[in-house]
Parts: sequence; structure tokens; C-alpha cells
Amino acid sequence: MAHSARRRDCPELPDFSLLKRLARDQLIYLLEQLPGKKDLFIEADLMSPLDRIANVSTLKQHEVDKLYKVEHKPVVSTSDQLCFLIRPRIQTVKWICDVANADKAAGKFRRYKIIFTPQKFYACEAVLEEQGIFGDVTTDEWAFNLLPLDDDIISLELPEFFRDNFLAGDQRWVRTAGSALHLLHSLYGPFSKIYGIGRCSKMAYESWREQVEEGEQRTHQAEIGKVFLIDRDVDFVTPLCSQVVYEGLVDDIFRIKCGCVEFGPEVTSSDKSMKVMLNSQDKVFNEIRNEHFSNVFGFLSQKARNLQTAYDKRRGMDIKQMKTFVSEELKGLKQEHRLLSLHIGASESIMKKKTKQDFQELLKTEHSLLEGFEIRECISFIEEHINRQVSMIESLRLLCLLSITENGLLPKDFRSLKAQYLQSYGVDHLLTFANLRQLGLLVEQQPGETLTVMESKVGKLVNDKTAGKLTDAFSSLAKKSNFRALSRKLNLVPKSDEEYDLRVPRDMAYIFSGAYVPLSCKLIEQVLDRDGWTGLEEVTRLLNGHEFAVSGSTGGDSKTKSDAQRIILVMFLGGCTFSEISALRFLGRERGYKFIVVTTAITNSSRLLEALLDNHA
Amino acid sequence: MMKSKADEEEYWNSSKFKAFTFDDEDDEFSRLKESKQAVNNIRRLVEEDDDEDDVEKVSWSGEPVGSISWSVRETAASNQKTDREPAFPKINTDTPTISKSNSGYSLSSLFKGEAGKSRGSFQTFNDSLSDSSVRLYAPELRKPKSEYKDYVSDWSPEETVQRMQQGKVVSLEKFRSLQDKLLLLDIAVSAHDGNVITAVLIYLKRTLSKEVLFRELESRQIALRHFIHYLTETRDQRLLLELLRALCRTEDMALLQYKEHLSIADENKRRDFLKSCLSLPFSAEDSAHVQDHYTVLERQIIIEATDRQAERGGKVEIFQKFPRRASILNMPLITTLYYCSFYHYTEPEGTYSSPLNIRQTFKISEKQYFVTALAARAKLKAWSDVDALFTSRNWLGFTRKKSPLSFQRVVDILQKNSAPTQVLQDYVALVDDADVRISLAQKHKCHDIIINTYRDLKDRQMLLGYRGKVERGSVEERKIDELLNNPQIRWKN
Repeated sequence: MAHSARRRDCPELPDFSLLKRLARDQLIYLLEQLPGKKDLFIEADLMSPLDRIANVSTLKQHEVDKLYKVEHKPVVSTSDQLCFLIRPRIQTVKWICDVANADKAAGKFRRYKIIFTPQKFYACEAVLEEQGIFGDVTTDEWAFNLLPLDDDIISLELPEFFRDNFLAGDQRWVRTAGSALHLLHSLYGPFSKIYGIGRCSKMAYESWREQVEEGEQRTHQAEIGKVFLIDRDVDFVTPLCSQVVYEGLVDDIFRIKCGCVEFGPEVTSSDKSMKVMLNSQDKVFNEIRNEHFSNVFGFLSQKARNLQTAYDKRRGMDIKQMKTFVSEELKGLKQEHRLLSLHIGASESIMKKKTKQDFQELLKTEHSLLEGFEIRECISFIEEHINRQVSMIESLRLLCLLSITENGLLPKDFRSLKAQYLQSYGVDHLLTFANLRQLGLLVEQQPGETLTVMESKVGKLVNDKTAGKLTDAFSSLAKKSNFRALSRKLNLVPKSDEEYDLRVPRDMAYIFSGAYVPLSCKLIEQVLDRDGWTGLEEVTRLLNGHEFAVSGSTGGDSKTKSDAQRIILVMFLGGCTFSEISALRFLGRERGYKFIVVTTAITNSSRLLEALLDNHA
Repeated sequence: MMKSKADEEEYWNSSKFKAFTFDDEDDEFSRLKESKQAVNNIRRLVEEDDDEDDVEKVSWSGEPVGSISWSVRETAASNQKTDREPAFPKINTDTPTISKSNSGYSLSSLFKGEAGKSRGSFQTFNDSLSDSSVRLYAPELRKPKSEYKDYVSDWSPEETVQRMQQGKVVSLEKFRSLQDKLLLLDIAVSAHDGNVITAVLIYLKRTLSKEVLFRELESRQIALRHFIHYLTETRDQRLLLELLRALCRTEDMALLQYKEHLSIADENKRRDFLKSCLSLPFSAEDSAHVQDHYTVLERQIIIEATDRQAERGGKVEIFQKFPRRASILNMPLITTLYYCSFYHYTEPEGTYSSPLNIRQTFKISEKQYFVTALAARAKLKAWSDVDALFTSRNWLGFTRKKSPLSFQRVVDILQKNSAPTQVLQDYVALVDDADVRISLAQKHKCHDIIINTYRDLKDRQMLLGYRGKVERGSVEERKIDELLNNPQIRWKN
């Protein structure tokens, strides 16, 4: 492909399959804690992650009889031992209490075991206590908090991290993030340098550091040298943009779940749907995943031609040659053929969907917003979008993008767009709007700068502690995005009059058709280049601070030259998109780094906004 | 938030990170070997997965065990503790960190002019924090015997929080004075562990009166947000409302109450509930929205009852021809307008289901009304209605086509409702911009428009080019030829 391996000295990635083994063995151990036959109830959103590390036969080997999905309905199981594998959620625990209490009332005796993953919460145990079940149920923790989705992607599979932390302000997952980092540190560290930005990143760092101090120290050859922690709320613009690199597009349209996508009949050109793993093992996918969509067709057709030639070789072969061909090449070719036709099908389907919804025009609006150009036209485009009741999420996405890039909407526009939105999609969305305002995603412009002035005045009078409280008190009011200023400072929007050849990307902007360099990735680039935040003072001020850069005492000079120092772990707290991963892969190729992305979950604009909807009971 | 520059620098200067040093008493070499081995063990075990016998008996969940190979030892390893100096420096996490509160300022003192309430206890905490990490593992040994009280409840607040973070058993019962309780809460907050913060809050909820708890939470925003989230998750609506009322967060209160309607399935009950929401302290703007919500549902109930009957009766043609796919109840306003434009278009303005009446009542913008009516009539292929939507007469009685929506969009909507080319081309022709017009015409195969546009532009070359695209011997080709041969046109090229 056009931009494969720019630098050949990229270091090798560590082997993360270890993490899977670890999680599986821990689970087996926990299952053995409840000897004998048992039925296992699994929380719905744990099924896919579980599938990645174990299979049914693993569970059966450890005397799991029947498997059920947690559905908050009365259980039909006849087993006298019930095991529940759940997230630490109060409503799920309440349901288990109901099950146990119903059994009690019916005079049925069973043994119950709850395995919380990745950890249990006191609030859940409090429910057990309140419902009179504490003691009747044994509880355990399964510290399954790192799932490798690919060679360079590790997910905590905690989509709720985003809402809990950023909207509700609940820090319950901070320690989880710290523990995840701790595990990586003890297996692949010691880290020599940690950079970060964001309140949650700071807290996760602290939690990690405490855990390192609590635990034992090990000295072995580091496989990961540097770490970058970043809060999702540092950059909301990037995940709200339409994705146009292949993997991101596939995620936007078909939704990749835990590294796996389900292609419907329209893609498979049969009457069946097909589940496909999307990772570097898929050779075809691996070559197109980071490509701008406009290149994908060309690539696929070239590939198809090559395949044809390879098949054609068998013409004129003698028997012996044919035999070698069949035994050595045919299987590979068939496999490639299958993958190729899948991705061609997927691309076609993407094209069809995108032309139907005027994708071009949508992209044009997004780019204008990023550029701060023809905002009036953008507003009327969004308005029409709403009027025509085109996708509720899409309209919301555009509204948020407008608000963040413009530092809030003019009061007149805000009122009118909100009113029209509620008319088109339901007044229930009043609650959604309240959430978006709280998060600073969709706000009215504040008259003047009064707030900032007052804040800084008060800030000077008090010490850190109270200032921290103040920030909280103001946070819902004064989360300014400052996107325009940031964009100028960091050169995020390349000049539009220059031609951008998407086949030969010159910077990370290629992931958005050359229109925008993702802020999150740009920060990472800058900090790595400067080995810290020096020279970025204005930028961090615009991002509301919370940046840090710390070195470990073990970071000697001899080590800084080793390969491990060019392996960089980037942890996104609150989710990251496939586009961002593509951008980092590009940056890695340019600079001779290898990035490992650790994220609380893979996100995209729909997931991000759906997490903030409140129009359902 | 703006931290003063001086503060910041002072902090960074003071937070020199400590170098990796071995404790003096330690045999450095054996230590190093030990940890190396520990690491190698993990590697080896993970990679080889051999099931050799366990040497240590370790606890996973409190009870001693001795099975399943390395994963147990993995946990055991993580439970072991070596007294090493921290390799990474502490950073300022910007939340109220107690250890830095020497000045004694607190938010409440700032706003209410009170002196810091729990100042005294902060100081004692500072003293004990310094060696807490050491004490954690053998606290009972380090305390003088005279201080020995009850074994379980003898932990200091910071020890308690630390133990809770590690999932160990603690008892909170000894925190009885308000000062102790709040200190515990503040320390939990400074540890950034939401799980522990919530645990302490559950205890405070149980042991403090609401009034006192609410009052104290007001100046502790982080704890407050945890508490609100906890009440939301446990669905303790009543207490949550009381809390919001005590905090004077009236709008949040109103929204929270309004949210309850979502769990009411019966439409009449829902309507009545919404009616009761009208008096809630919403912002003026939201208040109007909620009023609309109520009014729409009220109407939907009436329309639904009438239409269901009409449909069952089988006498109304439109319901026979286009059976309703779903009930109109709880649909958004615009969907309702669409529905009414579909089934009740011609009704007089006085009826509830008349689109014009809906437009009036809910102050729907002209553009919005237009888009919706257009889509509905196009769906029915009622082209004369579509035509009428655009037609306006000026004072001389001439008719002309006008649209609040760009004709480009109009074409789009019509096309999505599979309008025939004859209909489409009328509207394509009205697109102002010649380029857009041509590209639309090409997309929808409106040859006449393309030909006419090129003629108007006097673009002979383009017309010649287009001749190659139309069918041989077709009407279009003949028309192009006529134009090309017309000597009266002064071509520009």
C-alpha cells in the first residue's frame, strides 16, 4: 500500500496474548471455587469479551452445566448451584437478590456465587446486605480488565466508564484504570516516562503509582518505555467527526463489537449474516484498515486481479505442479478470496449507504465547522437535517460539533435549534440536552467573559484544594472548548486551498480527508517530540490544564536508547475511535514508534452520544 | 480554573522524584535476585503453563487455597509487599488533597465566611499520612500498646480508606462524631476512588440525618456527585429530590420528576402525569416544551381513538388503502404532523387532527411545516397537493412557484418518495444555480432541462457533448439537432 512502512526500524510489539491467558486462568480458578455442577449466568455485555478468552468447552470442563444470559427475569434453572458473572451494577445485584429471595420463599435451597468483574463495589454489597442475602451468596472478583483486541489495541471493555466518569462525576473506575496500568507495568514495564492530560488521567496515574508502591518492584527488561494518558473530554471534536478510514467507517456503519463485526446479507451476498473477526490476522483487512476510503476500492480491485493471476497459474500445469499448487497455495488463495469478497461487499454496502444519505454534503458541513467557515450555511444544513427527521443521533452529533467548534451557540440559535430538535425527535430529549449541557458538549454562549475573569480572580485567592473545589463548582458552567484557538495554535486544520493527496498522506489529517488533524493525536505527537509539555503552555491553558510529565527513577540513559523507549502506550480514558488509532499508526510509521492503544472502550460518535441520551426509562 | 503560577512552580520544585534506592538494611543483591526471579517466574509460568505443585498457600478471596497453578501465585505475588521507595513521583491531582490543606481554607469558608470546620483533624491527618504506607501492612505492631483499643475498629481514617481500596474488611462504626465522619469522607475523596467514596457515603446516609448530610455535601462537590449518582442508581427518587431541593437545584429537580413519565406505560396516566409536571420549576424555555409535550399527547390520544375506530369500521378509504403501521401515541410532534398530513390533510382548520391546526398550535416554522407536508403528500403521490404547496398568487393573480426550502432539497424529497420524472423535472427546472440544476437533471435524467440550460448558456460545446449521451433517434436528439442548427442562436463557443 502507498504508505506502508516508511521507517523500517519500528520496534516489535510485545506479546499481549499473555493477558488473555491470565484472565482465563483466573476465571477457571474462580469457577473451581464453586465445585460441582453449576449453571452460569453471564451479563449480556460480558459475553463477547468472554468469548475472546475462553469458549464453552473451557467452561464445561469446569463443571458449568448450562449458560444463561442475565436478563433480569425469573430464572428457570434447575441447578442447585448458580453462578453469576456480572459487572458490578446495582440493578443486576438487585435481580440476583430477587432470585435468591424467591428461592427462599419457595423453600428451595441453592448455592449462589457472584463473580464481579473487573471488581466489586461496596454499593453492590450494600444491596446484598439490604436485601437480606449477604452471607447466602459468596462473592468474588475477576480482575479481567485488559482484553487485547489486536496486536496493538487493548480494551478495558468498559463503555460505561465514559458516562460514569465524565457525566456523573463518579470516580469508581479510576482505580480500575490504575490497576490496568499496573498490570501492564508489572508485565511489560518498568515504564520510564509518563505523560498525561486530564483530571481522570492524573487520578489514574496516582492510583497506579500507589499500587506500584503497595506491590512489589521488579526489574526486568522493559518492553514498553513510555506512557501517555489522555481523558476523552480533552478532545470531543475528533470522536464526533464522521470516520472515513476503512476501519472507522466499518465501525460507524456496521458497529464492530469486541473486534468482531456482523456483516448482513447485503454484504455477504448470500441469505446469511456472517460474523467476522477484524484484526491483523485478516491479511486483506490489515492492508486497508488504515486507508482513506477513497483508496480502498482501487486496492481491492488490484488485489482481485492479483488473485485472478494466481489462480490462473494452474492453467498449463502438469499433474505434479498441480499437486503442489493445491497443497501449498490453494488454501491460502481460497482464504484470501473469501476475505476479499467480504471486504468488497462491505465497501459496496458502505458506498450505497453513504450516497443515499448525502454523505458528501454532510462531510462538507463538518469540514466547514472545523474550519469555522460559512457557519450560517452549516446551521441551516443542520436545521434541515432536523426538520427532515434524519437520524436523531446524526443531528445531535452535528449540533455538538457546532457547539464545540464555535464555543457554544448564540442564544437565539440555541433556542431555535433545540425547539426544532424536540419537535422532531421528542420532548423527552430535554433530558438529553441537560446532559449535553452538563458535559459542555452543547451549550449556549455565555455573554462576555465574566465567568473566566471571576474564576481566575477567585483562583488567585485560594490554594489548590479550594481551587479544585471551585473548578468543580464551575465545571458545568464554564467548560469552554476553545477549539478555534487550539486549532490555530496546533495547526489542526490545513489550508483548504492546498491539494491533499489521500494516497500519499503527509500528516495525520489524512484520516479526515486532509481536513483536520485529530487534536488528541496531535497532542501526543507534540509531547513526544518535546519530551514533555514545554512550549505548549498556551495549549494546555486552552485545554484547562491538568497536564503532567513524570520520569521514573529507573529511566537511565542507556535504556532510553533501547527499542522499548520507542514503544508507547497510549491510554484513552473514556474511549477512543478507530480513526485515532489509524492516525497513531501513521505517526508511528513516520517517527519510528510503535503505539499500543489501551482504551476503556472503542468508541465512535454514535456510541458517545448514545451514552448521553436520556429519553428512555 | 486558573492556578496561580507561583503555586504551580512551588509544587513542581518541591516534588523532586526520588531515586530508586534500596533500603539500607536490605541485602541489596539478594533483593534484586528475588524480584528478578519473581518476574521470571511469571513469564515462565505463563508461557509454559506447567502444573507443578504449589509451594505457597495463598488467599484469593480470604480463604486459604492450594490449587490451580500459576494464576494463584500471580495473585499472591501482587499481594506481597516490599518496602521500596516510590519510583515515580506523586503529582498534584487537583482535587481537594488533604495533605496540602495547610492554609485551612475550605470552600465553605470562602463562601460563608466560616473558619475551616475540621481544621484540627486535618492536622492530625497530615501527621499520620507521612508513614501510612508503611503502617498499612503492620499497623497493629507499630501502635503502642496503650493505644490498643478494639482490634477491628482501630484503623485511622486514612488506613481505613486504604484498606477499603484494597478490598479488605473494615468497620466504619467507630467514626461517630460528625468531624470524624467528614474527615473520613474527605480522605476518601482525596484517594480518588469512587468505590470508597460511595461506601463512606452509604455509611453517612445511614448514620446522619438528611439535613446534616445535605448541608455538608453542599461544600463537597465530588462527594455530592457520587451521592447523586448512587441515589440515581438505587432509584431512590424521593431522597434524590429532597437533596436537590435542599441544594436549591430546582431545574434539576423538575427534570428528574419529568423523567418519571418515561416509566408510565398507560397513555392516559402518562398524560395526567405530564399535566402535573406543568407546575414544576422548569426554566421558562423548558416549561414551554413540557407544555407542548402534554398538549401533543393529549391530542394523540384523541386522534388515536378516532382513527382506530375509523380503521376498524373499514369505511374510510385512506385507512383501507394505507393501513396504519403503528399507533401515533408518544410519537414526536413532527411525526404527528406527518401522520395528520397523510391521513387528515383536507380537514378544516378547526379539528384537532388538521395539519394546519397543529401548525398553529405548536408554532411550527413555515419551513418545517412545508418539509413535512411535502413528504407526506409525495408519499401518497398526491402530486396536485404537492403542486399546490408551492403555488402562490401575486396581487395580479399570476401564479408562481415559491418554496421556503431550496428546490434542490425539494427534488431530493420528491425523488426519495419515488416521484416520476415528469414531476421531478418541474422542480429541477426551478433550481436557481445552473450547475446544480444540470447535475440534478443529469442525476434524474431530465433531458429537457439540460438541453434548455445549455441553450440558455449558449454553450454549443456542452450541448454537442450531451448529444452523445442521449439515445440515438430519440426526441431529445432531435431537439438538440434543431437547436444546433438554429442560426438565430449566438453560441459563445
